[in-house]
Amino acid sequence: MSRKWIAGIMAGLLAMAVLAGCGKSATDQQGGQSQQQSQQGSAEGEKKPFKAAMATDVGGINDQSFNASAWRGLQKLKEEIGAEVNYVESKRQEDYETNLATLADQGYNIVWGVGFLMTNAIGAVADQYPDTYFGLIDGEVQGKPNVVSVLFNEQEGSFLMGVFAAKTTKTGKVGFVGGMELPVIERFEAGFKAGVKAVNPNVQVITVYTGEFNDPEKGKAAALNIYGQGADVIFHASGKTGEGVIQAAKEQNKFAIGVDSDQNHLAPEHVISSMMKRVDVAVLTISKQAAEGNFPGGQTVVLGLKDNGVGWSDTTLWDKMPPDTKEVATKWAEAIKAGKVTVPSTRKELETWQVPEI
Amino acid sequence: MTGTVETRDPSRSQDQGRPQGRNRLRALLIEALVPIIAVVVALLIGLIFIAITGRDPAKAAEALWVANFGSRRAIGEALVSVTPLIFTGLSVAFAFRAGLFNIGGEGQYIVAQLAAAVAGYAITGLPGWLHVTVAILAGALAGGLWGAIPGLLKAYRGVHEVVNTIMMNYIALYLANYLIANYLKAPGALPVTPEILPTARLAQILPPSRLHTGLFLALGAAVLVYLLLWHTRWGYEIRAVGHNPRAAEYAGIDVPRNLALAMLISGALAGLAGTVQVLGVQRAFYDPVGGFVGYGFDGIAVALLGRNHPAGVVLAALLFGILDRAAPTMQAMAQVPKATIWVVQATVILLVAADQIIRSLFKRRREVAAR
Repeated sequence: MSRKWIAGIMAGLLAMAVLAGCGKSATDQQGGQSQQQSQQGSAEGEKKPFKAAMATDVGGINDQSFNASAWRGLQKLKEEIGAEVNYVESKRQEDYETNLATLADQGYNIVWGVGFLMTNAIGAVADQYPDTYFGLIDGEVQGKPNVVSVLFNEQEGSFLMGVFAAKTTKTGKVGFVGGMELPVIERFEAGFKAGVKAVNPNVQVITVYTGEFNDPEKGKAAALNIYGQGADVIFHASGKTGEGVIQAAKEQNKFAIGVDSDQNHLAPEHVISSMMKRVDVAVLTISKQAAEGNFPGGQTVVLGLKDNGVGWSDTTLWDKMPPDTKEVATKWAEAIKAGKVTVPSTRKELETWQVPEI
Repeated sequence: MTGTVETRDPSRSQDQGRPQGRNRLRALLIEALVPIIAVVVALLIGLIFIAITGRDPAKAAEALWVANFGSRRAIGEALVSVTPLIFTGLSVAFAFRAGLFNIGGEGQYIVAQLAAAVAGYAITGLPGWLHVTVAILAGALAGGLWGAIPGLLKAYRGVHEVVNTIMMNYIALYLANYLIANYLKAPGALPVTPEILPTARLAQILPPSRLHTGLFLALGAAVLVYLLLWHTRWGYEIRAVGHNPRAAEYAGIDVPRNLALAMLISGALAGLAGTVQVLGVQRAFYDPVGGFVGYGFDGIAVALLGRNHPAGVVLAALLFGILDRAAPTMQAMAQVPKATIWVVQATVILLVAADQIIRSLFKRRREVAAR
């Protein structure tokens, strides 16, 4: 037995020695790499195509939601200025940093982190790659010249969804399904409830948080529960989980309202509208600015109704709603754009919020 | 008549030693060949898959290399993704040796992360070596307790551990959601605990990568598990229970006690995976908003591929970690969908699980030779 012990210790020492050896030779390699990077930097001057990429959060590129929307923005960028575009999907939260760094290593000029969970990762990687532009969707990194942060006034678009829901319901009950209780999702909830209240304060909103953003089964269970309580319209802000909400609407022959992307195609007769969050527009616009050398570094861009950053989808099913819905919604939208109405963005603000006269 | 007398007779064991040794060597060879063949075949299938879908297999292979060995940082990051898999692989393997199937790695991982993070930021005034030790023990203990609950239920009430460990996973996930949302969240928007104090951090060993001393803990754990299982009486008891609980009971082994203890250790091992991720990589507990992170489930595959042996587990974790690490770089460099890597991993598992195919080849050849 003692011989085995010694053998074990020897093996351990050997492993450490090998590791240390790797470490040394790798240092040289790293030097070579940074040289390569600076060469790439100078080569950019010779009109190489602009390269833009994004890292998704754990939802993945096919979330039918805001990762998908960001990717549409990059594809548009490819169409418009011939940029080389790519994406990387993250499996775990601890992958964010390495994935962003991988893209920067590949010489992408601008790298997008999609989702506010990437906030810390963008902050860390931006310091390591000062020559790469970084864009952050839904989160804020302040004071870094190579980072732009993009936020949306989701409460403004959600307010209009609240107007639709309150107009459409026949039972006087509507539902809200959230992913996790995060500040972003709270903006959806507060805006939606304010919109409902603005149309009809007697309409009850049943709220459920599933606790997860990529589990359609949970979304479906939550939606069935809400429909079971008598609601007939549900607005979801829950990423991929929401696919289950829409599935439930289809099965129960009730209505659902989509989020982020136009989700009407998931159930064309049942998704009466989608709260469009134009991540694609933000990604396209800012990437183009970066390509032209006008990257708004260090800034936080906030996009609301008046910037067309949020709003209803083109496929909104007006014929499923009362005839005056569009008129009412437009009136509210104009008032919000003009700054006459401030939509509450938290539950606290909602509590004291009074429906203004417009 | 009893086995113990026989093996204590030196002349007899020497007599049988030689042919047995050769047989053992051959058995070991076959045991090792199955996973190796599986890996080679799976990688080939992966490359063919990449070629069929119109991507460049050479570029994909290059990406695999660059991601894991291309630079000092890459080597470190590859080992960062290997480290938790060693722990969760050991966890599943250990339970399996006692005849238990621990699918609760995910939950044990989560509660350990919570405990380690809280110990890491809430305890102040300790010197570095002590603080980090306390945080590691907190994580291991939390994971161990999370494993021991289904272990005890199995041992003393006969409740099947598979069902219970799965349920414990969900309890852990939602408990974490709840605690972060209501009590443990750091100021700001992110659903994350405050950062652990510098004294609770595992030291970085290969900057600029995030590789940390947790790797040595993982390798140390593998050695310990080996010694425990094969060189202590208690390990012998556990394996006896795993082989045949009735026979073990007949031989006077306290079966329920061993089952519960095995789940405790198994849970602690999975918990250590979460612990080193918090103390070495993330430096805080991030609420798993996307659901389970998958290290616990991947541990099942790692244990299966590693033949439930610590050395095998380390090698299998190396493979799975390298593949995991390659997936995003393959996307970035060769536009290969990340699912391709899952195809490779799944093929490995499939071939190892269906090892009778490979075994039967050997058997036939041996029979032919014998004739």
